Amino acid sequence: MLTIATGNKAVADAVKDAVPAIVAAYPITPQTEIVEQIANYVASGQLASKYIPVESEHSAMAACIGASATGARAFTATSSHGLVYMCEMLHWAVGARLPIVMANANRALGPGWNIWAEHTDSLSMRDTGWLQVYVGSVQEAYDATLMAFRIAEHNDVLLPVMVNLDGFALTHITQSLETVDPGDFIPPMHLPHAIDTGRPAGYGTLTAPGDYYRFRWDIERSMRNAVSVIEETQDEFGKRFGRTYGMTEEYRCADAEVVVVAMGTLGKEVEIAVDILRGQGVKAGSMRLRWFRPFPDLDLAGKEVVVIDRDYSFGFGGIVAHAIASKYDVPIFSVIAGLGGQEVTYDDIAGFVRDRRPGDEYWFGVDA
Amino acid sequence: MYEIRLHSRGGQGGVTAAKMLALAAIREGKFATACPFYGAERRGAPVVSYIRIDDAPIKVYSQIRQPDLVIVLDMSVMETVDVLQGIREDGRVLINSPHPVDMQGHPTYHVDLTGIALSLNLVIAGSPILNTPLMGALAKMGYVTFDSVKGAIEETFSDDRNVEAAQLAYEELER
Repeated sequence: MLTIATGNKAVADAVKDAVPAIVAAYPITPQTEIVEQIANYVASGQLASKYIPVESEHSAMAACIGASATGARAFTATSSHGLVYMCEMLHWAVGARLPIVMANANRALGPGWNIWAEHTDSLSMRDTGWLQVYVGSVQEAYDATLMAFRIAEHNDVLLPVMVNLDGFALTHITQSLETVDPGDFIPPMHLPHAIDTGRPAGYGTLTAPGDYYRFRWDIERSMRNAVSVIEETQDEFGKRFGRTYGMTEEYRCADAEVVVVAMGTLGKEVEIAVDILRGQGVKAGSMRLRWFRPFPDLDLAGKEVVVIDRDYSFGFGGIVAHAIASKYDVPIFSVIAGLGGQEVTYDDIAGFVRDRRPGDEYWFGVDA
Repeated sequence: MYEIRLHSRGGQGGVTAAKMLALAAIREGKFATACPFYGAERRGAPVVSYIRIDDAPIKVYSQIRQPDLVIVLDMSVMETVDVLQGIREDGRVLINSPHPVDMQGHPTYHVDLTGIALSLNLVIAGSPILNTPLMGALAKMGYVTFDSVKGAIEETFSDDRNVEAAQLAYEELER
């Protein structure tokens, strides 16, 4: 059905269509509308989930972990300080191999207190073992959330998935939304190690050095499997519902001499900058990273790269720029822009590309 | 692409107006983005919403710098906000006012949205509803058809007086 929705409502609608057994939630700006909308769906009988209001984000993730461990589909949503507060439990969900789905409204961390878009919150959870996807439109927020359940619960993966959408820039804007009837696109969840009172077993027990690394390697093996599961899921989604997605979204990349890499809504705005640059004779292309974990294979051979990081790792650099630098031997101009909702327009982006200085880092708006 | 900037005060329904206009455009097969600017808003403070309408999917998420149309729901915001900032040379202005207003030579349309709302007793919590009559004025200006405006209002509100208000504004809009 074609309607209009905010990014937050799109996530809530995808959750309604995926019918988790439980939703545990604690509100935080700019995510609150997601869990409010889900609460409405549960209260009005449109969604047969158990809704568990909790006293903190740490508890929200703990409740999801408990439910998921019994084989129940679980969802929560958070943002920024809420995400980093549940950090301990994020690691737990991965180690316990629980396919929880969570939406994160990307928001800067304080102080200075700031409720606007930035990716440092989720990227600082990079090494937890959660799969991470970053979306660039209201429709994509819905589609990615729906697909997240199938990917997480696939028995070759069994890892949690975090769907990231830019705070306010996407959570609060209204665009068209086409919802679908997922039917058997999302099969019933089957967790092979679900708690079964008929077969008592120990969970989360002491794991000695002789065994622990095997569990770690198994997580990594599943993370590697996840690439083909994501691609298969996205292909199947395209066949059934007509919207296709890749690990990245590329625009005018094939013959590009300089490729701009970004994530989220900035990655969409880059496409307009590319059209402007092409009109000025600069052979530019856009490569919007959709999946950050697992990190996709990128075709950057022979190209110059401009990376726009809406995040920063202090004392090191832009997190996306350094991920690319560590995997590909290409000249990179690293731009730090959009922190805490800083306005960045397509004209600004075209300017970064025109004035690129491969090997350098540039903080937009800072005279340095 | 049309880029529209809407100035109002918190609580006057500017955000809902932007959403209804986006809905009307989408019902015509167009693409639209409605985007409130969130700052430290509170009831009564000047607020801004943006609407983009295009025939192709919209990839812009930054704020509108050069609007094709500026809408002023509450003239008192003009005492503190430069509502014409960045407006295109041929940009149009739509003002909630019973009288013509000179906006530095820009083609300026006016209609008494407040008067229309009060005449129909369309009032919530003491504030006249401005966004549904506004939809009628925008249809008259050609941004969307009146049929799709009517549809968008009916999808958003159940009270028939909202469509009536849009009809009155459609008829009373003057340049």
